[in-house]
Amino acid sequence: MRMPLPDQAVIAQRTELVAALREIVAADDVIADEAALRAYECDALSAYRQLPFLVVLPRDTGEVSRVLKLCGARGVKVVPRGAGTGLSGGALPLADAVTLALGKFNRILEIDYANRCVVTQPGVANLAISQAVDAAGFYYAPDPSSQIACSIGGNVAENAGGVHCLKYGLTTNNLLGLEMVLMDGEVVRFGGKQFDSEGYDLLGLTTGSEGLLGVITEVTVRILPKPSSVCALLLGFASNEAAGACVAEIIGAGIIPAGLEMMDRPAIHATEDYCHPGYPLDAEAILICELDGPEVEVDHLVARVRDFAEGCGATSVRVSQSEEERLRYWLGRKSAFPAAARIAPDYYVMDGTIPRARMPEVLNRIAALAREYDLLVANVFHAGDGNLHPLIMYDANNPGELERTEEMGSKILKYCVEVGGVLTGEHGVGVEKRDLMGEMFNEDDLNQQQRVKCAFDPAQLLNPGKMFPTLHRCAELGRMHVHRGQAAFPHLPRF
Amino acid sequence: MAALPTGEVLKPADAEQLGEALRWAVAETRPLEVVGGGTKRQLGRPVQSAALLDLSALSKIENYEPEELVLSARAATPLAEIEAALAARDQMLAFEPADYGRLYATANDCANGSRATLGGALACNLSGPRRIKAGAARDHLLGFKAVSGRAETFKAGGRVVKNVTGYDLCKLLAGSYGTLAAMSEVTIKVLPAPERTRTVLLFGLDDAAAIGALGAAVASPHEVSGAAHLPVPAARRSAVAYVSGAGAAVTAVRVEGFGPSVLARCAALRAQLGHLGAIEELHSKHSLTLWQEVRDATLLGAGAEGAAPRPLWRLSVPPSEGPAVAARLQAETEAEALFDWAGGLVWLAVAPSADAAHEAVRASVAAAGGHATLIRAAPEVRATVPVFQPQPPALAALSARIKANFDPAGVLNPGRMYAGV
Ligand SMILES: Cc1cc2nc3c(=O)[nH]c(=O)nc-3n(C[C@H](O)[C@H](O)[C@H](O)COP(=O)(O)OP(=O)(O)OC[C@H]3O[C@@H](n4cnc5c(N)ncnc54)[C@H](O)[C@@H]3O)c2cc1C
Repeated sequence: MRMPLPDQAVIAQRTELVAALREIVAADDVIADEAALRAYECDALSAYRQLPFLVVLPRDTGEVSRVLKLCGARGVKVVPRGAGTGLSGGALPLADAVTLALGKFNRILEIDYANRCVVTQPGVANLAISQAVDAAGFYYAPDPSSQIACSIGGNVAENAGGVHCLKYGLTTNNLLGLEMVLMDGEVVRFGGKQFDSEGYDLLGLTTGSEGLLGVITEVTVRILPKPSSVCALLLGFASNEAAGACVAEIIGAGIIPAGLEMMDRPAIHATEDYCHPGYPLDAEAILICELDGPEVEVDHLVARVRDFAEGCGATSVRVSQSEEERLRYWLGRKSAFPAAARIAPDYYVMDGTIPRARMPEVLNRIAALAREYDLLVANVFHAGDGNLHPLIMYDANNPGELERTEEMGSKILKYCVEVGGVLTGEHGVGVEKRDLMGEMFNEDDLNQQQRVKCAFDPAQLLNPGKMFPTLHRCAELGRMHVHRGQAAFPHLPRF
Repeated sequence: MAALPTGEVLKPADAEQLGEALRWAVAETRPLEVVGGGTKRQLGRPVQSAALLDLSALSKIENYEPEELVLSARAATPLAEIEAALAARDQMLAFEPADYGRLYATANDCANGSRATLGGALACNLSGPRRIKAGAARDHLLGFKAVSGRAETFKAGGRVVKNVTGYDLCKLLAGSYGTLAAMSEVTIKVLPAPERTRTVLLFGLDDAAAIGALGAAVASPHEVSGAAHLPVPAARRSAVAYVSGAGAAVTAVRVEGFGPSVLARCAALRAQLGHLGAIEELHSKHSLTLWQEVRDATLLGAGAEGAAPRPLWRLSVPPSEGPAVAARLQAETEAEALFDWAGGLVWLAVAPSADAAHEAVRASVAAAGGHATLIRAAPEVRATVPVFQPQPPALAALSARIKANFDPAGVLNPGRMYAGV
C-alpha cells in the first residue's frame, strides 16, 4: 500500500517531540517503546501494518487541543484512533505520525432522559451506552456487530451502521452534537441537544469523515424508548433469487422491518458449525426478519411476512417464540466474522452497497469470481438496505493469495458501482478502498471533497493517505480557473 | 409571485446551462440570487446580488423506483408534483417538508397553490413535525449533482441509503441556503406512507405541563410521529373545529402506521395521559389539516390587517427547555408561541419593532442551548439583525473557510446566511 513518504525531518525530532508531549500529558501517556507500540500497529484490517512513530493517550479535551497544536506547529502528522476495530485501515499508523488514541476518554458524561439523549466521551463502547440507559427503558439504536468493542467516537468517524439501521437509521441519523478539536488546536462544537444544528451542518459533514477533519472529543447521541415487543422470523429459501424476491415483497408492501438480513449457504454452514444457532442446513439462503413495535402490530406484520415468504416458496418458516429463540437467530448472524475466521486462516470483509433489486445478479457474479479466483466466499447481507458483506477466505501464508483476494475484492466493489451502488456502505474508505474512489467519482468530485479537507486542515496533517487516491496541495485546489474573455455565453437564456 | 429585482434573470434550461450561468457570474463577478420556486426569498438576510439565477426550468422527476425507496428529480421540481407521484404509490417524503411560503405570501399566491420545490426544501433543510421520528430533510438527501461557485460541476453521494464513500456533502448542502453550490439534480430516500393516522388531543394544559406530557409520549414505546402544543390563541386559529372550538390550549400527539397498531397505540396513549384532563381523538382528515398547520407555522397570527406582519422566530432548543424559553421571552416582550417537536421547536411571533426583539431572543436561547432563526421580518430588519444564530469565532471562521472553498468569488447568494458567507 502506497502511503505518504515519511518526513525525515519529523523522524529526526523524535526525542524532542516525546519530551514536549510529556509536558502536555502524563509521561506514561506517551508510548515510545517498540514493544508497546506494537499493540497499535493495525486496526481490524490486519493485512496492513505499520509501527506508529509514537502513541499518545490524552485524557481530556485540553490535552487533545495542546497535542494537536504542538503537532500542527511542528508539521507532525496525527492519526486518530478509537478502539481499532475499523475494517478499512482508517486507523492504520504512519511511520512519521503520532497515533492519538482516545481510549482514556471512557466516561459517559450525562444521561438526560428529559431530552432523550446521552452525552459521552468518544472512547466509550457503543454497547455501553445502551447498557447505561437500559434500566430506564431506552437504548441507542445503531448496533454494529462490533458493538461490545468499538468506540462511539469511531462510530461517528465511520458513520457506522448495524442490523437495526434499516428502521432506525445510521450513526449520522442518531446524533445531536459533537465537540471536535481541529488540527490547529481550536475546539469547536456542532449541534447540542436540539434537533438541528445551526448554520452549515458540520455535524453531518464531519460524521463519517474518517478522522480526516478533526478529533472527536465529545458526542451527544439520541436514545430511543425500547419497543414493547420484538419478534424475529427465520426464513429458509431454495435460492438467492427466492430470498431476494421475498425482500422485495416485504419492502414493496410498505413494511420497514427493524432488521432484514440475509445469509447464503456458505455463511449458514460456517455459523452453524461455529455457534449452532439452528439454521436450516438445506437452505441456499436464509432471511432473518425482525419486527418490533406494539404487540398487535408485530402480530399483524409477522402474519404478513409469513405469507410473503410462503408465496416466495420458503422451504422453512420459523417465528421466534421467546426472547431466547430470537437472540439465537441473531447469534449466528452476529458471529459471521469469527465463524469465517475458523474456516480459513484469514478472511477479508467487503462492504459494497447495491440497489436491493440487483442482489441475485450481484451474488451470481460474486460466485463466478470466487470460481475464477479459486477462493471461498460467504455472503452476509443487510438485505433491507442493500449493504453486502462478502467474506473472502484466504491464507496469507500462501504466496500471492492476499493479492488474489484483494484483486477479487476490488472486482466485486467495481461491480457494485456498475449496478448503481457504492464502494462502501458502513466500513469506510480508509486505505483499503482509497484507490478505487475514481470508480465512483471524477476528478472534479474528488477535488471538491478535498477542498472540505482544506477548510478544516489546510496543511493536511490529520490522517493523510486515507480516503483520497491523490493528495493535492490546498493552495493548488484553491486556485480558480476563470474563463474571462469568453463572456458571450451564447446558450444562456436571459430575460 | 413577488416582483423580481431589476437586473438580469438567468434561466438555465438544463445542467449544462447552469454551469454556463456560473461561469458567466464568475467571469463577470456578478453575484447571483439563487431561486427555485421563489417561495422562500424572504427567508434569510437580503442577498446583495446583481442577477437572479432562476432554476425553475430544472424540473422533472428523472427516476422514481418505488421498490428501492428512492427518487431522483431535477432540483426545482415542485414539491406538489413529487408528493403526488409518491402518493400514487402509497409513499411519501417522511421528513414532511415544511412550506413556509404561506408565511410570506399574499392571498393571491395561496390561491395559486405553492410553488415550493424539492431542491428548495432540501437547501433550507426544512422539516416538519415528523422530524422527531423520521429525521430531518438532510437525513433523506442521498445524492446530488451541482455546480459550485467555482463554476465546476460535481456530484456527491449516490442512489443508496447506506453509503459512506467520501465526505457526506449531502449534509453540508442541505441547509446551506444556496450559498455553496446550485443543485441541478437530487436523489432522495422515500418511505411508505402510513396506512392510518390519528391524533390524540389533550385540552387545557399550560405550556410546561403540555411539554411534560409530550415528553412522556415521545419517551413511550408508542412511536409518536408528531408532538405539538398550541396555546389558546394559536389553537383558536385552527381550521379544525375540535381545536379552534375548544376554548382552551390544545396539546396534540400523532400516531401513524398500520391500522390495528394505530388504534392500539392511541388507546395506550389515552390511558397514559388521561389523568391530565379531557382527551379527544382526531381522525384522518382533521388530523392532516392540523399537522399541516403546525408544519407550516400558520397558526401564529401575522398581526393587524394592513400593518407590517409580526416578526416570526423559529427556535431550536433542547425539548425540555421549550416552555422556559418561551416564558422568559413572553415576560420580556409581547410574544405568542407555538411548540412542535415535543418542545424542541418553538415558534414565536413578536410585536413589530426595528430589531424584532433580537437581543432578548438570543439571550434566551443562549441560556437554554440551541439557536434561533428570524423566519419572517421586514427586509430592513433582516438586513440589520442577524437572521441566523451568530456563531462563536472559531465556528464562524470554519464556516467562512468552507464557503471560500466552494464559492471563492462569492457569487452564490452572498450574505444570505451570514455577512460575508
Ligand atoms: C467483528 C467486526 C464486526 C463489525 N461490524 C460492523 C458493523 O456491523 N457495522 C459497522 O458499521 N462497522 C462494523 N465493524 C467496523 C468497525 O467496528 C466500525 O467501523 C467502528 O465504527 C470503528 O470504531 P473504532 O472505535 O474501532 O474505530 P477505529 O478503528 O479506531 O478508527 C476508525 C476510524 O475512525 C477514526 N477515529 C476513531 N476515533 C476517532 C475520534 N475520536 N476522532 C476522530 N477520528 C476518530 C480513525 O482515525 C479511523 O479512521 C466491524 C468490525 C469488526 C472487527
